[in-house]
Order: sequence, then C-alpha cells, then structure tokens
Amino acid sequence: MLEADGLNRPDVFDCAVIGGGVIGCAAARLLSRYDISLALIEASEDVSTGASRANSGIAHAGYDAAPGSAMARLNVRGSAIYGQWCGELGVPFERCGSLVLAFGETDSRALAELYESGLANGVPDMSLISGDEARALEPRVSPDAIRALWAPTAGITSPYQLTIACWENARANGLATFFDTRVTGVDCSGDHFILNADGGASVRARYVINAAGLFADEVARMFADSSFSIKPRKGEYILLDRDDSTPRRVLFQAPSAMGKGVLVSPTADGNAFAGPTALDQTDKADASTTREGADELRRLALRSVPGLNLRAAITAFSGLRAVGSTGDFIIRASDIQPRLIHAAGIASPGLTSAPAIAEELADILAAQGLALKEKPGWNPVRAPIERFAAMTTERQAEVIADDPRWGHVICRCETVTEGEIVEAIRRGARSMDGVKRRVRAGMGRCQGGFCAPRVIELLSRERGVPMDSITKSGGGSLMLAGPIRESARGFASEEEARA
Amino acid sequence: MDDIITMAERPREFICIVCPVGCPLKVDGDGDNIVVTGNACPRGDAYGRQEFLRPTRVVTSSVSVLGADSPLVSVKTKGDIDKARIPAALAEIRALTVRAPVGIGQIIAPDLAGTGVPLVATSAAARV
Amino acid sequence: MTGVRVTDVAIIGAGPAGLAAAITAADNGANVLLLERDSHPGGILRQCIHNGFGLHYFGEELTGPEYAARFADEAAKRAGRVTLMTDTMALSLSGDRTITAVNPHDGPLTIKPGAVVLAMGCRERTRGALGIPGTRPAGVYTAGAAQRLVNLDGYLPGRRAVILGSGDIGLIMARRLTWEGAKVLMVCELMNYSSGLNRNISQCLRDYGIPLHFNTTVSRVHGAERVEAVTIVSVDDKRQAIPGSERLVECDTLLLSVGLLPENELTRMAGIELDPATGGAVVDERRQTSLPGVFACGNVLQVHDLADHVSREAETAGRYAARFAAAGSLPAPALRVRAEGFTRYVVPQRISAKPEGLIDLYYRVSDAVKPARLVVKSSDGGTILSRRKQAMTPGEMERASIDSAKLSGDTVVLTEAI
Repeated sequence: MLEADGLNRPDVFDCAVIGGGVIGCAAARLLSRYDISLALIEASEDVSTGASRANSGIAHAGYDAAPGSAMARLNVRGSAIYGQWCGELGVPFERCGSLVLAFGETDSRALAELYESGLANGVPDMSLISGDEARALEPRVSPDAIRALWAPTAGITSPYQLTIACWENARANGLATFFDTRVTGVDCSGDHFILNADGGASVRARYVINAAGLFADEVARMFADSSFSIKPRKGEYILLDRDDSTPRRVLFQAPSAMGKGVLVSPTADGNAFAGPTALDQTDKADASTTREGADELRRLALRSVPGLNLRAAITAFSGLRAVGSTGDFIIRASDIQPRLIHAAGIASPGLTSAPAIAEELADILAAQGLALKEKPGWNPVRAPIERFAAMTTERQAEVIADDPRWGHVICRCETVTEGEIVEAIRRGARSMDGVKRRVRAGMGRCQGGFCAPRVIELLSRERGVPMDSITKSGGGSLMLAGPIRESARGFASEEEARA
Repeated sequence: MDDIITMAERPREFICIVCPVGCPLKVDGDGDNIVVTGNACPRGDAYGRQEFLRPTRVVTSSVSVLGADSPLVSVKTKGDIDKARIPAALAEIRALTVRAPVGIGQIIAPDLAGTGVPLVATSAAARV
Repeated sequence: MTGVRVTDVAIIGAGPAGLAAAITAADNGANVLLLERDSHPGGILRQCIHNGFGLHYFGEELTGPEYAARFADEAAKRAGRVTLMTDTMALSLSGDRTITAVNPHDGPLTIKPGAVVLAMGCRERTRGALGIPGTRPAGVYTAGAAQRLVNLDGYLPGRRAVILGSGDIGLIMARRLTWEGAKVLMVCELMNYSSGLNRNISQCLRDYGIPLHFNTTVSRVHGAERVEAVTIVSVDDKRQAIPGSERLVECDTLLLSVGLLPENELTRMAGIELDPATGGAVVDERRQTSLPGVFACGNVLQVHDLADHVSREAETAGRYAARFAAAGSLPAPALRVRAEGFTRYVVPQRISAKPEGLIDLYYRVSDAVKPARLVVKSSDGGTILSRRKQAMTPGEMERASIDSAKLSGDTVVLTEAI
C-alpha cells in the first residue's frame, strides 16, 4: 500500500530502504536531503514496530563496544551528533549521564576495563568515581555500590519518537512510503532491482538499503547473499509509573561472569524502567514476556536502586534485538550485489548509532555510484506534535481558542487531548499503538482502560473507517468484534458528518 | 442464546442471594409439597421456592436509537419476566429501533415478547 | 487571558458522588461548580445499564443510568446554585485549594473555591499491574472498558471470552456478553471466594452455565495479533501457581475484573495524606482530608459496593464542604480510628475534635470470617458496640453506626472470628 504522500513516485526509485525501524528511517531522513527518488518499504502498518519500539531508549556514551569495531566508531559519532538530530527533529533527548555501578572488586576491575575501552573509543569526559560520588550524582543508588564509571555524555531519548520523526521529516522532503508491504522476493536480473511483496505489489529501485532488522539476513538471501545471519535476542522490560523512586540518571551494572546486569533508567517521558533481560532464541516472532524474566528484572533492579517502587509497574514488554553473526554491525555493500547496502545486525548500540549509520550508508551509496547532490529546499526541521501537558497556560489558551479539540482531554493519565490525537492520525497513525507511540494516549497507568474506546472512536471518525476495522497494531489485531446493533455501525463517522 | 436452559434436574440447587451468607439451597417436591433445605432463615425458604417454581428476572439491555447523540438507549423490562422468556425478549430487543428524542421511562415496547411486561427506556436520548 | 473563577464549593467529578455532594452543598447554601471530564454527568453509572441500584437510597431497584439521572435532575433543578461544566478535566490541585482545569469551550481555567470535594472515582487494575506474562495482542480489556464499548458504543469487544476476576463488573459483563451473543467460557478467581455479590454469581453465571473457577488465575496470554488463547493455572493457598495444573483455553478476549483503584493523582499533587489500605485520602467523619477545606467521597475515597452508600457519603462531604466554605474552618481531626483483627480498614480514619450525632464507620475485612464478631471500643478498653454476624467477606463493605457522644480517645474497630 502506498501512502498518499508519494510526490516523486517514479517507475524506478533511485534508492529503496527496506525496513521502517530507526535505522531505515534515519537513513531515509539523511538521504532525503539529496536529489534522488527515495522509497521506504515497511512490512507492517507503521514505522517503529520492531526493535525500535521496545528498547532501552538510551544514547550510550560509547565505552561498551570493543575498540576498533564499527559499533565503537558509530556509537561515539552517533552520540556526538545526537543533539543536533534530536534538536532538528523535535525529539526528546537529555544528556542525563550514566553510571556503571560496581558492587565488589571484580566489578571494579570490569569498570576499569570499560574506562580503558571508552578512552580508546574516544568517549569524552568519563571518570571513575567512588560510591559516595555516585550517590551524590544519583541519591537513589544503592549503598552497596562501591565504585562507578560516570559518563556524562550518555543520554535518554524516545526511540519510537526518533524513528517517527525521521520518517515524517523524510516524508516532508519527498520520501514515498509503502506500508503493509513485506518484501518476499527480488528480481536482480535487470539494471534495477524489482522488490516483490506479498499481495502482488512490487517496487523497483536502482539501489537498496537493507535495514530489515531481524529479517535482514532473509532479505540478503533474496539477493543471493548469505554472508551473515541474524539471531533474535529477547530483552524484557518492566515500565514503572512516575514516582519519587524514579532515578534521574541511567544506572548500569558492571558486566560480570553472571551476565551483563540490568539497567534502571528514567525514560524520556519521566517514567522509570528496569531491563533488559538477554535471552538468545530462534523464534523471530516471539516477543512475549515471561514470569522468569520479570522476576529476574525485579531482583537485579533492586540491586542498583533498593528503593525502586516495583509496585508501580504499569506494564511489561519485550523487544527482539537483531544480533548479527559477525559480532559487529554489518554496514557495507553486498559482495554479491554491490548496489545492495546492508545495515544489518544492528543490536545495541544501534539506537545511538543510527544517525552515524545513516551518514555511513550515504557514503557507501556514493562510493557505489549513486550521485548524491544536495537538493535545494531540503528542510531538516520537523516540528513535533506539541504536548498539551507541557504547554504554558498561555499557549494552552491559544491552541484551544484556535481549535477547541485541544481543550478536550481524552487520555487522563497522560493528559492527552483530542487535538493531539487527531494530529497524530493526520500525520500517519493508523492504529491504537500508532497513536500511543506518537502522543502517549494509553501509555499511562490505566493502560488505555479509559481512553481506548475513545481512541477507537477517533481513529474511526478521522480515517472514515468503521470502528470494528480499527486495529491495535495493524494486520489482524482488531480491537472489536462487531456492532451489537445496526445503529452503532458508522456512528462515529455520522457524528463527524453532522459536526 | 438457544443454550440458555432452565435446568430440569431434581433436586434443584441454588445459592441463596438474599444475604451475603449465600446458603446453598436444595429444593425438591411438587405442588403444595415443596421442601427447601440448606437455608438458614425463612427468607431463604421463600427465595428457594420462587427459584424452583417460577424463576423470573429483569432484563436490561439497549436498543438502537436514530437521530440521537448516541447510538443506543438503554432499556429494562418494567418488572420481572419468566426466565425462560429471556431469549425471546433479547431477540425482540435486538430488532427494535427507536427515534430520538427518548425519555427515561418511555415505553419502547408495550408487551415485550408476549410476556405482558413493557420494555422501557432507562436513559434519555436527545435529538440532534 | 484565563479568568479566575471563584466559587464556594468546587467538586471534581459529576458521578454519583459528585452529584450528591453538589446537591447537598447547594441545599446548605453554597454556590457549587461541578467539574466533569465526560460530556454528560453520571460517571461510570452511565454504562452500568443493569439494575440493582437504589434499593437502599430510593427503596426501589433502578439501573445505573436511572440512578444517575435522578441525581443529575436534582442538580439541574438547582441550576442557580450548581453550575455543571462538562468536558472539563481538572489538571491540578494545589495546597491552597486552587484548581486548574481545561475544557474546549473555556480553555484553561483557574478555580479558587472556598472548599473542594474530591469525587474522581476509581480506575481498574490492569494487566500490567498484575504482570500477566505472554504476548501483547489486541483483545485484553478491563471489564469496565468492555462495558463501555458494549453499552455506550454498541460494539462487542470479542466473541469468546475468559474473564479473570469475579468482581461484580466481571460478573455483570459475563451476562451482558452472553446476552449479546458472545461465548463466555469461564470466570477465573485467584481467591477461594468471590468479591462479587451472590446475586450476580447466581444470575450472571449460574443462569447461563458459565463456570466459576476458584483458586485459578491466568498465567499467560497467547496470540500474535489478537488473543488466541490464555493459559489458566491453579494456585495454592499462598496464591502460587501449582506446576502441572496449566490448561490452555482458546479464546479471543481476556477481560480483567481484578480490582479498582481510587484515582488520587490530584489528591497526591495537593500533598494530602493517603491511607495505603484504602488507596484514598485519610478523612474524618465529615470527610475532610488532611488539607483543611478539601473533602473526599465516593470511590476516590474508598471503593464502595453500592452507589447508595456513595450517595450518602457524598452528602456528608457536600454538607460540610458548604459549611467550611461559609465558616472558613471546621474542627480539625483529633482522634484516630484503628483497624484491628480481621478489619482491613475503616473509613473515616479520624474523628474530629467536635463530632456530632451518629457516626457511620465503614469497614472491610481482610478475609472471609464466618461467623464474626465486631467490636468497636475506645483504645482505653471501653466497648462502644459489639455485635455478631453470620458472615463477613472482603467483598462486602460493612457499616457500624456509633454515637459520637460515647467516644473518648482513639477508637478501635476489631473484627474477630468466633
């Protein structure tokens, strides 16, 4: 399905990006500044539905990755340009800093190693500090922490906000998007690729970026390239309500033989979370949460923050990280089809690296012969959907005077107005989750208990489709089974027609 | 709805609903010779007899309303109907449509499904 | 810019509590501003189209919308004194009783009332709060959300449902869904008793052959897009899953009726003391909270079983809110009321320095007690009231009326098994 914004829809795109996660959307955003025709192909109904939906939301400082690796280089570069990207794109980003906590001498040695890696990777401003200094930076840190690695350049962001913002910005600069389009086969016989999707659609493109996340290996194989494989690694999280126990800084635990530990962190929205677990599995579809995962998170999280209010759990979720077989990011032109550029195996620190990966992909495309000439009028700025709850009273009065729907609160827990939800739908939200990721309706403590019926009504009304066609997240995730009375059918759209 | 069955086995067992104790009642017999056991008080006896001989219920539901600011207006039977008539009552309710305005207490159907009991609106629907 | 509205009494929420408080406050001479976030007054009762309301208050059985309409009509009759603002969301409450709110018509509002009545009601516990593992497909609803979808929007949330929790909303929804053609496979209850009324178990489940499984919970949700099944499991007397007792139940919907939580975000914002046992504010017999001039009533104070009790409690709050607005103060809380034995909590938690007349103590027990004895006594040992009851269960709110003249010192409300 082609979204209605395909202004430059040629028969053959200069470049098609497969995968609407943060990598695909960041690449699309960066490439949209050049005078090329550009397409994004996404298997599901929205961007940011895979690993970009469910991860830690942290812009890492860059001391984790092995010196010399692509991960190290792109992490540090990504971190350096994050502020600019998030600023232009209207995405929350706060350099709140991170602490890696050590609870014993073995842990302290691990901190020293991280510090050395950080120096080698070029991470700025790190320091090894005492437990008391760590508690001065974050009073909620456990008294059992004896040392910490302080990295002030680490930050928190909203991974789906970033992904959506990149997509919106690319779209405003001419990107064509194909949703619900899963590439199932590729014809490489001509002078351009023909990407065939289930359902009979096809997209033609001279260059292809493979940012298909978990499925990047399967996409590569469609081009007869079997040089790598991708395995899913499940990470479970528990999200907590806002609370006095919410830390203000990202708190890691020193990696040990017992595992990488879990982190406790604030989110860009002011909640706290504990996570992730790390479970290697084979099923690329199984993002279910488990009792064992939740128990492990609770136990480990309390090690870092003994006062963490785990009773304030709002929800649990899990994401599948795409772990590549090379142990590093796979960012290169395919040996088999040089006009196919892989951006694969983007596990952590993929979110941090995304802007830098986008730059590198552009360089590779240019090296492979795609002429990248800056186009006049490229606009790097994407205005975020204003948050009613964050406005000054004066601004609230102004927007409500302009459009009364901005004074109609739909989601009580997060104080989200009808105006915000309608704007989210106008910008491309088609499902409950699409609305939730854009404006947080349903993301609070009642988890949509109050607002889900209203959001269904608004999606139905604004999109002019029946209530019982509204999905949670596209496909067969229908929210409703059908009307109980004839008069209910289409009521929301009738109401709109009268208004 | 066809699977709503008035169970015919004997003795019949009920939970008494008269008070929070919830005595398990057993009722058996016929004609004037009905025996209720398990009850702790006379009110339980009366409840058991009623449930055994002729259980009745109030039915609450909603009907389609046209020209209103909502798609439905809620309704109830203005009094108990025989439990066995509930499926027929629900089928008739489903088929009904009224036009706004509707006021609380307004008769929607004078004799619901031949029970002799009227169906009345329990919410109002303003005309828009 | 935004004008400041001055009123005697501002009431947050026009459900059964807010409406009754508004009527009584107005009848006691106050001008009332009633803030309602929905587009109609009535609160949750609008979607409770079943009957069973009003037996205590009106002496007849009404449906939820009828019960609410009686109060809404009474409030409307006092239009000179009671101003209802619909679609109006209260956003903040500060320690000086200033309320900020917003609606589409007036924009942001600042309200400076002489007294405030908190009547925001409660919300439902969610899957996330329970931590039920598994996938996160469509088709997991709280019972109240499903009730709204069916009764106000006219849509079925699904066709084959498992209900977790045997609270009254879950039981009512079991019958409602059945009547609308859906199949309710079972109701699972973690405890060995139901917090729902026997009447609802009888008339909503047994009438339709819907099994109620005690000591059973849902341990996993299955399904990639829409719910495809749930795993149910038996639990032991410590509520721990019994390995090997798991059973897969194919369904497309999981409804949760697993408890209600008073919605006290504004209360917390104002720094008002909360009772961890009720989840609501600590109040005295006039329903005044720890913040002078701020009162609380209805489900935001304690989760009630009966709307009738909500109305009565709200009338108390409304009366004294009007009095506070007129006089500028009321006697401060002086004595404590303590829960002991099987008593889980008591409302009010405080008695003021100058109590008047009869005081109703509302309480719940922490476990089923059959038979039980209630003893209300002064902390120095003097018994004020002692009575026996066939049974007390956590699902049933109990009430004891005591004469305030008999109070001396702190009061203990003790429930014991006999």
